[in-house]
Amino acid sequence: MSLSREKDYGTPLRGDGPIVTLTVDGVRVSVPAGTSVMAAASTMGTQIPKLCATDMLEAFGSCRLCLVEIEGRRGTPASCTTPVEEGMVVRTQTQRLADLRRGVMELYISDHPLDCLTCSANGDCELQDMAGAVGLREVRYGHDGERHRTVAKDESNPYFTFDSSKCIVCSRCVRACEDVQGTFALTIDGRGLGSLVATGGPDFLGSECVSCGACVQACPTATLNEKSVIEMGAPTRAVNTTCAYCGVGCSFRAEMQGDKVVRMVPSKDGKANEGHSCVKGRFAWGYATHKDRITKPMIRAKITDPWREVSWDEAFAHAASEFRRIQKTYGRDAVGGITSSRCTNEETFLVQKVVRAGFGNNNVDTCARVCHSPTGYGLKTAFGTSAGTQDFKSVAKADVIMVIGANPTDAHPVFASRMKRRLRQGAKLIVIDPRRIDLVRTAHIEADHHLALKPGTNVAIINALAHVVVTEGLVNEAYVRERCDLADFESWARFVAQESNAPEGVEAFTGVPAADVRAAARLYATGGDGAIYYGLGVTEHSQGSTMVMGMANLAMATGNIGRDGVGVNPLRGQNNVQGSCDMGSFPHEFSGYRHVSDDATRDMFENLWGVTLSAEPGLRIPNMLDEAVDGRFKGLYIQGEDIAQSDPDTKHVTLGLRNMECVIVQDLFLNETAKYAHVFFPGASFLEKDGTFTNAERRINRVRKTMAPLAGLADWEVTLGFASALGCDFSYDHPSQIMDEIAALTPTFAGVSYAKLDELGSVQWPCNAQAPEGTPIMHMDRFVRGKGKFMITEFVPTDERTTQRFPLILTTGRILSQYNVGVQTARTRNNVWHDEDVLEIHPFDAEQRGVRDGDLVAISSRSGEVALHARISERMQPGVVYTTFHHATSGANVITTDYSDWATNCPEYKVTAVQVQRTNRWSDWQAEDRASADLMRRVEGRADAAE
Amino acid sequence: MKADKLVYMANQIAAFFRAQPAAEAQTAVAEHVRSFWSPAMRRDMYEHLRAGGEGLDPVARAGLETLMEREAPAGRTSGASG
Ligand code: SF4
Ligand code: SF4
Ligand code: SF4
Ligand code: FES
Repeated sequence: MSLSREKDYGTPLRGDGPIVTLTVDGVRVSVPAGTSVMAAASTMGTQIPKLCATDMLEAFGSCRLCLVEIEGRRGTPASCTTPVEEGMVVRTQTQRLADLRRGVMELYISDHPLDCLTCSANGDCELQDMAGAVGLREVRYGHDGERHRTVAKDESNPYFTFDSSKCIVCSRCVRACEDVQGTFALTIDGRGLGSLVATGGPDFLGSECVSCGACVQACPTATLNEKSVIEMGAPTRAVNTTCAYCGVGCSFRAEMQGDKVVRMVPSKDGKANEGHSCVKGRFAWGYATHKDRITKPMIRAKITDPWREVSWDEAFAHAASEFRRIQKTYGRDAVGGITSSRCTNEETFLVQKVVRAGFGNNNVDTCARVCHSPTGYGLKTAFGTSAGTQDFKSVAKADVIMVIGANPTDAHPVFASRMKRRLRQGAKLIVIDPRRIDLVRTAHIEADHHLALKPGTNVAIINALAHVVVTEGLVNEAYVRERCDLADFESWARFVAQESNAPEGVEAFTGVPAADVRAAARLYATGGDGAIYYGLGVTEHSQGSTMVMGMANLAMATGNIGRDGVGVNPLRGQNNVQGSCDMGSFPHEFSGYRHVSDDATRDMFENLWGVTLSAEPGLRIPNMLDEAVDGRFKGLYIQGEDIAQSDPDTKHVTLGLRNMECVIVQDLFLNETAKYAHVFFPGASFLEKDGTFTNAERRINRVRKTMAPLAGLADWEVTLGFASALGCDFSYDHPSQIMDEIAALTPTFAGVSYAKLDELGSVQWPCNAQAPEGTPIMHMDRFVRGKGKFMITEFVPTDERTTQRFPLILTTGRILSQYNVGVQTARTRNNVWHDEDVLEIHPFDAEQRGVRDGDLVAISSRSGEVALHARISERMQPGVVYTTFHHATSGANVITTDYSDWATNCPEYKVTAVQVQRTNRWSDWQAEDRASADLMRRVEGRADAAE
Repeated sequence: MKADKLVYMANQIAAFFRAQPAAEAQTAVAEHVRSFWSPAMRRDMYEHLRAGGEGLDPVARAGLETLMEREAPAGRTSGASG
C-alpha cells in the first residue's frame, strides 16, 4: 500500500504478566509473559514472514511461514504459536529457514492467479509482500490457481466482493467473524487443497453476515476486498477520525485519495473499538457526498414559498434580523435553539452560547431530551454524575451482564461484539426486554434469564429484583455502610421489602414469572462482578428517570459500582449524546451539569463572556413546542436535528413549527423539519470539520477534517456567522480554541486540550489536575456526590393504557443497518438490508385480525394513524407490536403520544396503545405528507431539489 | 402553557415523590419545579392555583403553593419573572 499502514504485531500484545527477556537475532528484548515470539520480534522491529497471523486474532499456526529456530529445541517451531520464555535464544533468519519459507510460498503461489499487476489489492497484499520477503523467484509446480478459477465472484454484498480464486484459505476471515465480530457467518468447507471459505448461505448477502467488515480487514489477499478500492484504486493518505453514527464512538482511519474517501478502516489503537467496526461506520459514509446535500444557504418568507439561494452573509443577516424582530415583538423568551448530538462538542457549546449570551435566555435543549435525559437526571441524583460509570473495556471483567431495554447487536454493534466475547468466555447474561432481541439466543450465547416483561413495567421489575436482594439477605452490607447514605438506604430497603414489590406481587401485570425474577436477582447479586447496560427501553417511558434510579439502587445494594467489571452504563444512541449533554445543552444547566441558578458558576461564565446571563431555567423541546402551539414561542434555531421526524406526536410538533415565524434549520439535507423552515444553513459532515465527539464511556475522541466543507463553512463557523450577525462578539479561528474555553469553564474538562488528545489519542472525563489522563472508571473510592443516594422508586403505571379501541401496545426500536431517522443511512446502499419500516406482529394477534405476512396494515392510536407492511414474528409477545422509525415516509411518530418522563419530559416512545387492521391504502397523514413534501422543498430555479 | 398540561406534569412529579414523608415530598415537588420549569410555565401554574388549582393532586398542590408563596406572594402578580 502506498500509505503507511497500522503496524501488525502478528499476534495480540499482552498487557499484563511478568516481564520475560529473550534474545532475538542477538538482540535482547523484554516483553510480558504470554507474548508470542513473533510479536516479541515485531516489537523490536523484526517482521517474521507470516500469512495466517494478524494481531487482531489469536494465533492459528496453519501457514508455516513464520518458522524460527530456537536454541535447545528441535525442529523449526512456528513463531506465532510459540510463547516467549526467559532466556530463550531465537533466530529468525538462517539458510534453513529461508529454504523452508520459500518452499511454503512456492506452494501458495502455485495455487494463486498471477494477475498481480491488475489486481485491486496490488500494493496492499500480504501474499505479494511475503513472496518478496522470502525471495521467491521460481514456482516449479505450475501456477495460475486453476483450481479456484471456476468459482464465480460473489458481489452480493453492496460494499465488498468475495473472489474465491484468490483465497489462500488462511482462515483469518473465519476467525475474525468468530472472535472479533462474534457472528460465526463463515466456515472452511472441504479439506486439504480442496478447502474453501463458505458463507452458509447462497452468498454473503443471503447469509448471517452483518457486513461488519472484520473479515475484509483480516484478509491478507484481494479475496475479500472493498468495492470502493476496486473502483477507485489504493488510497494515498490517511486521516485519523471518529465515526459519526452511534455512541460507541469508533476510531477510524479515513483512507483518502486527495479529498475523496476511498475507505474507512477501523483503528486498532482506537480505545472504544480496538480495530473493529460495524456496517455503518465502516461502509455507510456515502451520504457525505450524496447529491441531495444542500450546499447553498437559502431563505424564504413563508414555508409555502420556494426556497431562494442566497449568500452566507445574506442568510446570516436575514436570520439575525428575524430573531431580533421576534424578540422585540414577543419578548426575549420567544426564541430558542436546539443543539445536535450529531455535531461536535465545540459546535454544541457554541449553539448554547449563542442562546444564552446572544438570545439572552436559557431556551436551549438537545435531542438527548428525547433519548437519554432520564439518564442524566437519574445517575446525577444517585451518584452525582450524569454519565455511565465504566469504560467499554470493563465488560471483559464482568461475570454477570444485565442488559435492560437495549439491543446492542443492532444499535451498538461494536460494543456488542466486546460483550459477546465476554459471554462466550462464560459470563452469565440476564436480558430484560419485552422483545426477544438477538442476544437472547445467538451463536454460542444463550441468556441465562430473559425477563420478557410487558412494556411499561420496568420499574416494577427492578423493584422486584431489589425486593429479592433485600429480603433474601443478599445486600452487600459492608459496601452500603461504607459508601452510601445509610438513612436513605434504610427507608429504601423498607420500601422494596413490601409485599407489593415482591416478584409474586408484580407477576400479574409484568407478565414475568416470579421464579425467573428471583433467579435473576440471585444471579446478579451473587454471581461475581455484575454490570448493567441499558438503552432507550429504560429511558423512553413515563418513569424513565425512576427506572434509572432503580438500577442505581440495585447496583449500590449489591456493591456493583466503583471498580472494573461492574457499573451502570447507558448505551447512548447518537454519537455525541454524551458530549451534547456535557456541553450545557440543557435549559437548566451550564456545561459540566451546573445549574443556571448557581451564582458562582454563572459569574464565571459572565466574566469570560462579558454578558449578563439568565439565572432561570429555559424551555425544553416539548415545552417550546407547547408554547409555540399556544402562540408565545416564535423562533427556533435547530442545528442538525430533525424534530419533525424524530420527536413524538408529529402532528403536535408540526403544528408548533407552523406557528413559528422563523425556523432556522442547519443540516446536510432538506430534512422533514426543513419543510417548516424559513432559513436553511447547509451543514458539514464529520469529514469536513475538526472537533471532538464524546462517546458513551465519556471518551473524548478527535474528529479530523479530511476535506473542505461542501458549503464552504463548517458548522461551528456557521454558528459563528449567525452569532456575529446577532451582534455577539465571539472570535475563534479553530475549534481547538473553543475546547480551550470549555476547559477553562468546566472543571471536569479542565485538563482537556487538542494537544493532549493528539498525544494520548483520547481521554475520558473527568480530566483535570486530579486525573490528568482522564478517568476510565468513576466512583472508585467515593461517589462524586459523596455518599451514594438510594431513592424510593415506586411503580406508577403509565396513563397510556390499552383499551378496547386500542388493545395492542406498540413499542419502537432500531435495526443495525439504519441509523436513527435515516437521514444518513437511507442515502447509502444500506437500504439493501432495510428499505422500509415494517410492523412486527405476533402470529396470534395477526391471525385474530386476518393479517398475513406482507399485508399493508393501518396502525392507529389516539394521536394518529399510519400504514406499514406487516411482518409476522414471534420475537414479540402477543399483545405487543414493534416498529422502527428509520424512514420518514413511515411516520411512526404520527402515532406516538405526548406522554413523557415525569422528571425530564423524555417522551414515552416505548409504549403506545394502538389498533392494527388490514388496509389497502396509505394513511391520510402519509398521503398529505407525500403531496406536500415536494411543494415545501422547492428551490427557485432548480428542478431537482425536491428529489 | 395550558393549565391542563402543567397540572398533568405537576401531578406526575408528585407521584414520584409521594413515597416520601409528606413534608419532604412537598419540598421535593417545589424544588423540582423551581429547577426545571421556565418562569413563564411557573407563572401560568400560579395563575391556575389562584383560580382554584383544579385537578392538582394534594402533594403537588401543597408543594406548588409553597413555591408560589416564596416566588410570587399574593399581591405580586408578576412573580417568577426572570
Ligand atoms: S463482514 Fe463481518 S459478519 Fe460478515 S462475514 Fe465478514 S466478519 Fe462475518
Ligand atoms: S478469504 Fe482471505 S482471509 Fe479468508 S481464508 Fe481466504 S485469504 Fe484467508
Ligand atoms: S459501532 Fe457505532 S461508532 Fe462504531 S462503527 Fe458502528 S456506528 Fe460507528
Ligand atoms: S503465521 Fe504462524 S503459522 Fe501462519
